[in-house]
Formats: sequence, structure tokens, C-alpha cells
Amino acid sequence: MQPSQSIATNWLTVCDLEDILPNTGVCALVEGQQVAIFRAGQDALYAIDNYDPFSKAYVLSRGIVGDRNGVPKVASPIYKQNFNLKTGECFDDASVVVRTFAVQLVGNQVQVSLT
Amino acid sequence: MTKQNLIVIGNGMVGHKFLERMIENGSENWNLITFCEESRLAYDRVNLSGFFAGKTAEDLSLVEPNFYQDHHVQIHIGDQAVQIDRAGKQVTSARGITIGYDKLVLATGSFPFVPPIQGKETKGTFVYRTIDDLEAIEAYAKSCRVGVVVGGGLLGLECANALKNLGLETHVVEFMPRLMPVQVDDAGGALLKQNIEAIGVSVHTSKSTTEIVSKNGRVHKMTFADGTELQTDMIVFSAGIRPRDEMARSCGLAVGERGGIVINENCQTSDTDVYAIGECALYENRIYGLVAPGYTMATVAADHLSGAQQSQFTGADMSTKLKLLGIDVASFGDAFAKTPGAKEIAIADSIQGTYKKLVVNQTGKLLLGGILVGDASTYGNLLQLIQNQIALPPHPEDLIIPPRSGSSSALMGVDSFPDTAQICSCNNVTKAAICDAIQNQGITEIGSLKQCTKAGTGCGGCVPLVTDLLKSELKKAGIEVKNHLCEHFAYSRQELYHLVRSQNIHSFDHLLQSHGTGRGCEICKPAIASILASAWNDYILDSAHAGLQDTNDAFLANIQRDGTYSVVPRVPGGELTPDQLIALGQVAKEFGLYTKITGGQRVDLFGARVEQLPLIWKQLIDAGFESGHAYGKALRTVKSCVGSTWCRFGVQDSTSLAIEVELRYRGLRAPHKIKSAVSGCTRECAEAQSKDFGIIATEKGWNLYVCGNGGMKPQHAKLLAADLDKETLIRYIDRFLMFYIRTANRLERTATWFNKLEGGMDYLKQVIIEDSLGICAELEAEMAHQVDTYACEWKTTIDDPTKVCRFRHFVNSDDSDPNLVQVEERGQQRPIYEHERQLISITRS
Ligand code: SRM
Ligand SMILES: Cc1cc2nc3c(=O)[nH]c(=O)nc-3n(C[C@H](O)[C@H](O)[C@H](O)COP(=O)(O)OP(=O)(O)OC[C@H]3O[C@@H](n4cnc5c(N)ncnc54)[C@H](O)[C@@H]3O)c2cc1C
Ligand code: SF4
Ligand code: FES
Repeated sequence: MQPSQSIATNWLTVCDLEDILPNTGVCALVEGQQVAIFRAGQDALYAIDNYDPFSKAYVLSRGIVGDRNGVPKVASPIYKQNFNLKTGECFDDASVVVRTFAVQLVGNQVQVSLT
Repeated sequence: MTKQNLIVIGNGMVGHKFLERMIENGSENWNLITFCEESRLAYDRVNLSGFFAGKTAEDLSLVEPNFYQDHHVQIHIGDQAVQIDRAGKQVTSARGITIGYDKLVLATGSFPFVPPIQGKETKGTFVYRTIDDLEAIEAYAKSCRVGVVVGGGLLGLECANALKNLGLETHVVEFMPRLMPVQVDDAGGALLKQNIEAIGVSVHTSKSTTEIVSKNGRVHKMTFADGTELQTDMIVFSAGIRPRDEMARSCGLAVGERGGIVINENCQTSDTDVYAIGECALYENRIYGLVAPGYTMATVAADHLSGAQQSQFTGADMSTKLKLLGIDVASFGDAFAKTPGAKEIAIADSIQGTYKKLVVNQTGKLLLGGILVGDASTYGNLLQLIQNQIALPPHPEDLIIPPRSGSSSALMGVDSFPDTAQICSCNNVTKAAICDAIQNQGITEIGSLKQCTKAGTGCGGCVPLVTDLLKSELKKAGIEVKNHLCEHFAYSRQELYHLVRSQNIHSFDHLLQSHGTGRGCEICKPAIASILASAWNDYILDSAHAGLQDTNDAFLANIQRDGTYSVVPRVPGGELTPDQLIALGQVAKEFGLYTKITGGQRVDLFGARVEQLPLIWKQLIDAGFESGHAYGKALRTVKSCVGSTWCRFGVQDSTSLAIEVELRYRGLRAPHKIKSAVSGCTRECAEAQSKDFGIIATEKGWNLYVCGNGGMKPQHAKLLAADLDKETLIRYIDRFLMFYIRTANRLERTATWFNKLEGGMDYLKQVIIEDSLGICAELEAEMAHQVDTYACEWKTTIDDPTKVCRFRHFVNSDDSDPNLVQVEERGQQRPIYEHERQLISITRS
């Protein structure tokens, strides 16, 4: 799962795994922050900022999930820029990176940590 | 070294080619100056009739923007050269400019010949040579019902086609006993006449016009030497061309007995400082009224002047292939068997409407020439056999007998041509040059090949040969032409569509496992979702499909720049009752939506938050609305005009048909969106000719146009079939749409798809009307399935709580997106602009 989880604290349960269809995303409100959580395949989870720096709208959770050469990614639903789900890096513009967050599955509960 | 003045009189096709060649050869030592009498720079006269088919003057232009400026060519647009002073070596123009020359080139072309008939200047008479002529014809035709073309030659028939397309009852009057007397023989002319009359143009041969009679100052009728007469509202003369040699004459250059400026092999006139090229030039007592010989002259003259290469003009091949009124006509080589000992083989098939003649030499081993009417698909290959003196097969007649099914044609293909074979005669491109471009520049596709070699950019007649050559070279090089969807599927959309159908695949995961790799992406997922929908029409938000959809399809609405959505209910045919309008207004008011009439005859409600969508749709469905699929690559709208229900000109009930058509194809998913329209008469208020399929009412039924497009690159739709009854019309549309869905690439609209379709409209007609592929029954059955299984996606969605719960901004809160801010403008709400955000000090946390 997420490499950063070991140092993460302050886990917050946001939903059940079944609330996210395989290969789609949802947006969670975590301490006032909009977090886009994606379920790639059956159980790989990723969390990034829901804010799309290109359109300046909070929409990344509604993008299409997929991979480029095996790297999981999401495409912004507005102008289709692609973001690496592991690192938040934008494939189309190296100067743009969105925040990533720690996410884990405990039982069937999806938990996010902002720290 | 001081520069020399080089003046070119005439900026037509050949004059322009000449300047291009001079610049290519390096024009540092020259001041290039040109007089251009017309109000625009050189344009493609060969494709002049394209003007009536929607091409603009810009489309036809041959001159790249700023080309002359960038290369310091001094141009005098709209100024006619009127006098040449050879002793003083200067040219004077109508505007009174006088410029000295060191060398002079005459490229004045020719003018249309108008026979000396009494009344030939009456209002309503025209010629067909320039864009200005066509503009005048188009404007005048609006007030006419009948049009006559005088002259049944190549240009006359092209002109007749134009009049017919302008909606006139069209007649062709020819002085000689047959049509196209220069190119075809009696038998060929007879077949041509039969074919042309079959499409509704009347042909009158052996008619000599004696007078044009006017009424109220306008053309009224023509009388003929045999005592007959013909009523008409306008007349276009197309009775041959005459070289424009008047200036050459008055300055004492040698001209031919019947006109034309005499030139030698270097294209020099009787004054070696003066050259003549193109249609005004006479070489060995011959005028060349085609563009290819003119281009050769331009090259020869430019090379001679620059001292570049030594090329000479020694006459040219007058072979032609044309499509006149949709009928192929080709005439090549020694078409009339004038070579001593020549023999003819001819096949006339008046059922198929084809005539094919070959002229072979005494031994029957070499091809000398021929004529093709009705089907000229073999023209390119036959011409190569002549030009390269390739030995004929033992039974030359096999070359013109249509191949029996199963056996392949006897024609020898491109591989048998020598490297020196000239494939494109318009631009003088050899097989070697084309192969070289393919091999050394990595070209794999016809568009770039044309761009790079110029082959196929003239009359277009050689495009099939160029395409064959491309395919054969790529095959030899072992290059597979890839059309893969994306990194996850090594198949084209067409192949995937076939796999889905033939292997009965119903989900993306199944297709990925059996034929793909990785997890998919935003390219393949929506494309395959669309294929699955076109094939099976399952609900697109089923769990297996939901994650494949673009956000618009995923939320059944169109996303806007701020992440809100717009809602467009279906308004079939644009017909909306007052109650429906009120219901729309109520919904908009309750949810604070911005409302706007769309360009597609319906109402768009903007600014809906994702969690409001199901609530909005609940009310809309209760008021009798259904999804308008404005979000989908699917049928959008069928626009209508009011038609015979109200309109005094309407000949059919276009609104009823538009509604019926829209309801039939609603929800149909396709490679791209599909738009349609129905107009109640030829005034075409619904703009059907700009649609993927458009229908126009006629007195006898409906005309069906296909593959038109507005948007980024507008293109007019083309007539697929005329005067159809409604059942046939619907059947053809079913077939057409399903054939498009089967074979198009991802996100390819019908116009783009059509432009790549080999064989163009003829091929499409064969498939859709004649069922040449034997698939029409299948296509109709597939469409029937779509029609029978239609369901409103919004209805299905709001009836299913597990689907409705997906319409939320937060998975863990009922709040709205707090970032959405709207402001008022002209009494309605719109999303805030970023720069306004700062003003109201709401910044991103
Ligand atoms: C709403 C509307 C403009 C309006 O306010 O009038 C509109 C709005 C959009 N058009 Fe359009 N088009 C609208 C009529 C048209 C028309 C006019 C027509 O249909 O008569 C055209 C030209 C005709 C044609 O398509 O051939 C048109 C040509 C396009 C194109 C260019 C398509 C092309 O092939 O070149 C796009 C881009 C695309 O589809 O890829 C486009 C795409 C769009 C999108 C979907 C862009 C987007 O992805 O956000 C716009 C969003 C719509 C929304 O949020 O509701 N829209 N668009 C019109 C909706 C009509 C309807 O009732 O459904
Ligand atoms: C409708 C139509 C269809 C055709 N179809 C075909 C076809 O399919 N295949 C084919 O090979 N050929 C075709 N042709 C013929 C082809 O267009 C001509 O062969 C070609 O345009 C000749 O080029 P040009 O430069 O010699 O003459 P033009 O293109 O006529 O150019 C001469 C230019 O010189 C200008 N000019 C004349 N005198 C003066 C002056 N004193 N001062 C300034 N400017 C002057 C004229 O205004 C004109 O613009 C067609 C022609 C027409 C009209
Ligand atoms: S023209 Fe452009 S801005 Fe206007 S609606 Fe269409 S896509 Fe949007
Ligand atoms: S032969 Fe006319 S374009 Fe090639």
C-alpha cells in the first residue's frame, strides 16, 4: 500500500471500500480539505488533492483512472492532464505537482491521513 | 551584379507556377514583377466548380499567404497589362503604370469563346471561367428556373453539373452530333448522353443556335436552325476557348493562324526576350487547354531563364480523366486510332452504363490509347501501360472486361511500372520520387505523401495509383501501418468493434483480459464504453461500465469550467409546448440555473451542482422530458424547420419527420456525436447540409445528404440518394449510421471518416444502396436492436437509489463543493472568474 503510511498519524475513516467502485474515485472532506481517493483495480488505494491546478476546479476525483506504462494515473475530467497517483506529478507538465496523502484500508474502512 | 527585371503578365495557374519555379531556382538576380488582372491572386481553376460545392475563394487559392511578399515579388492585383513596347522594352498597364523589362513572360491564358449569335449579350448570358463569373451565375440563378449550357464539351458538362446543383432544370445544347467530340467517339458519346439524361439533364445534339430572344430585357428563349426552340431563363456559353494573344499581336509577335502565341522548345516567342506559357501559347500549331502541359511550360521557361537545368517543351499528352455529373470519362493516348495499323477493342454495356475502348498497335502487343465512359477506375494503370510501353497480356480485352467474381483483374499493378513511370502528370512526379519519399522520409499515410511529393494535389486523378504505391512499398518494407487505439490495445477501433461483436464481449475487463494489457486509460476506456454501447446498448452506468465513462457520461450532464454541470433535455425536432417551456422555467428558477437557447434548438440549464442533478431530473421526467444526450458521443439533435405545417414554401412536413428521426436514433452511441436536420424545401432553413446526415424535402420525397459537419472544419454534406420515400430513407439512414459506427476511428466524425474512405461517395453508395458488401441486412438488424432497447438513462438512474447516491460531491458529507461561487449577470447566475475571486476575498484555503 502507501509508502508514507508508516509515518502517517491521525488516520480518519472516510468511507467503506464498497463506497468506491473499482477503478473510480470519490472525494472526501477531511478537516476542511478536499481529498480525491481512487481505487485502482480491486484494492489499491491512492489519495491526492481534489484541486485541479489547470482548471482551478475541485474535480480530480471525477477523472478516469488508468495507467501509463504500469504507473497508476488519473486524467483530469476538464482538460485531460494526467497525474501520477503515487507522486502527484503531472505527466504533461513537469512543473506541476499536486499533493498526495496517505491512505489505508483497515478491514473494509478507507482511512486518510493529512499529516 | 544589378538585378534584371522579369515581368510576368497574368497570374493564373501557369503564371503562378512559373514564379514558384523561379523562386525555387533562386531568384536573387531578378526583380520579379507580375500583373494580375483578376481581383485575386492565382487560384485553382481546374477545381473552379468546387466553388459551387462550398469551396471558398481562399480554399481555391494556390498562393500561400505572404508567399509573394516573402519572396519580394511585386504584384499588381486588379491591373491589366495593356501594351507591350518591345523596342523600348516596357509594359504599360490599364492603371497607367509603365515598367521596363529585361525579360517578359506572357501567361495570359485564354478566354471563353462566345459564338456570334444574335442576342448573345442579353441580360442572363454568362461564361464560365473565373470566380467572378461563378459568383454572377450563382446570384442570377436565384431568379431562374431553367438554365441552358451552350457547348457539350468537357467544360460545358461541368458547367451543366453546376447549374443542376443550383437547382435549375438543366439543358445542354451541342452543335456537333455527340457530346465531348474532342475526347470521345460516337459510341462513347452516345453512352455519355444516356448516362447524363438518366440523371435529369436534357441533352440536345446537332443543334445550331440562331437567336437568343429576350423578354423584358432578359433571356427568354433560344431558337435553332432546325426551326425548334427552347425556353430558358439563363444561358452559359462554354463553346471552347481562345488564346488571349491580343497584346502579342499588337506588338508584332508571331501568332498562329487561328490564334496562339508561337513558341519554341524553350517557350520563347519570336522575340527571344519574350516567353509565352500556358493556354495562350501555341507549340507546333497546337494549343494545350489543360493545366499539366502549362505547368511543364512554366518549368521549362523558368529553367531556361535561370540557366538552371536544360529541359525542353516538346508537346504533351492530352490524356484526361474527369468526373462529369458524377460520370467518369477518360480519353487517353491515340483515342481515335489514328496510328497506321492500329486496332480497336471496344465493349459497350448500356445496362451498366459503361463504354470502354482500347486502341492497340498492329501486333496487338502495345497499348496506344483508349476511351472509358462510366467507369474510369483503370485509367491510371492503362496510361502507365502506354507511357512505359509495357507489353500487353495475351488477351488485351481482359483489361476492360470486368473481372468475374473470384478472379482478380488482369490489370498489371504499380509494381510492374518502371521507376521512371510518371505517376502524377499534373505535377510531374515519378514512381521513383514517390518511393523515395516513402522509404527515406518514413511516410506511412497518404496525406503526408501528397504534401511531401505534391503527387495527387492537382486533378486528383492519380490518387488511387499513389495509394496503391504507398501500400505496396510499405508492405515490401515490412512496415505495418499501425492504427492502435493506445498503449493498452494493439488494435484499431474498427478491429475492437469487430472483436466485441464477434466474440460477444460485454465488458471492458473481459476485452482487456483477452486482448489488451495494463489497466486502460482515458483514451481506451471511453472508446470501448462507446463500442459496448453501440453493440449492446446496456445501461452505461452499470457498475462494469461506470468507471469507463468520461465525466460527462458518468454524470449524464456536461461539466463546466467550475465543475458544475449543464442539463439539456431532449426537445425532438425543436418542438416545445408552452407547458413544457413553463416546466423548464420552473425547474430553472427553483435551482437557480442559468438558461440559454442552444445552437441546437433546445434549452440548456447551466450551473447545476452534482448533487442537484438527480433532483432536477426527477422534476424534468415528471414533466415529460428525457435525456438529451448533450453529454454523449451520441445522437444530439435533429434540427427542423417548420415545414409545410405553416410555411408557404414547405413541400413536406419536416417537423414530423425530424421528430420521428430523432426519436428513432435517440441515445445511439457512436465514435463521435451525430447531428441531423430536416428541411421542408430547398431553401434549407434547418441547415441539413451541415449535418452528419441531413434530409431535404422534394416534391417527390426526401433527399438524403451525408457526412456534413459544422464546427472546427466545416464541410458540406453530400447527396447520397434523391427523392426517397420515407421507408427507404429510414432504411438508408439505418445502414449509413451503423456502417459508420462499425468502421470509423475513435472521435472521428462522419465528415472526417468520409474523407478517408477510399472510393468516396461511389463506394458509400455501393455499400449503402447496392449492398455491395452484403452487410445491409446485418446493419439494419443491429439498428433495430438499438431502437428496440432504447431507455432514457436519466429515468433508469433516478429509479435506482444505488446509482443516485453517486451524485454527491463528498463521499462522507452532504455538503456542496464550498469552492463554488456564482455572481449575477444580466439577471442570471454565472460562475465567478478567478480574477473576481480576489475581489470578494474568497481564496483557496
Ligand atoms: C450548448 C452549446 C452552445 C450553445 O450555447 O448554443 C454547445 C456547447 C458545447 N459544445 Fe458545441 N454546443 C452547441 C452546439 C454546437 C453546434 C451547433 C449545432 O449543433 O447546430 C456546433 C457546430 C455543428 C457541428 O457540430 O457540426 C457545435 C460544435 C462543437 C464542437 C466541434 C465539433 C466538430 O466536429 O468540429 C465541439 C467539440 C467536440 O465535440 O469535440 C463542441 C463541444 C461543445 C461542448 C460539449 C464543449 C465541452 O466539452 O464542454 C460544449 C458544452 C455544452 C454544455 O455544457 O452544455 N461543439 N456545437 C450547443 C448545444 C446544442 C444542443 O442543443 O445540444
Ligand atoms: C471550369 C474549368 C474546368 C477545368 N478543368 C480542367 C481539368 O479538369 N483539367 C485540366 O487540365 N484543365 C482544366 N481546365 C483548364 C485549366 O484551368 C487551364 O488549362 C489553366 O488554368 C491554364 O492556365 P493559364 O495560367 O494558362 O491560364 P489562366 O489560369 O486562365 O490564367 C491567366 C490569367 O491571366 C490573366 N490575364 C490575361 N491577360 C492579362 C493581362 N493583359 N494583364 C494581366 N493579367 C492578364 C487572366 O485574368 C487570368 O487570371 C479547366 C478550366 C475551367 C475554366
Ligand atoms: S463554441 Fe466553444 S465556447 Fe462556445 S459552447 Fe462551443 S465549445 Fe463552448
Ligand atoms: S495526375 Fe493530376 S494530381 Fe496527379
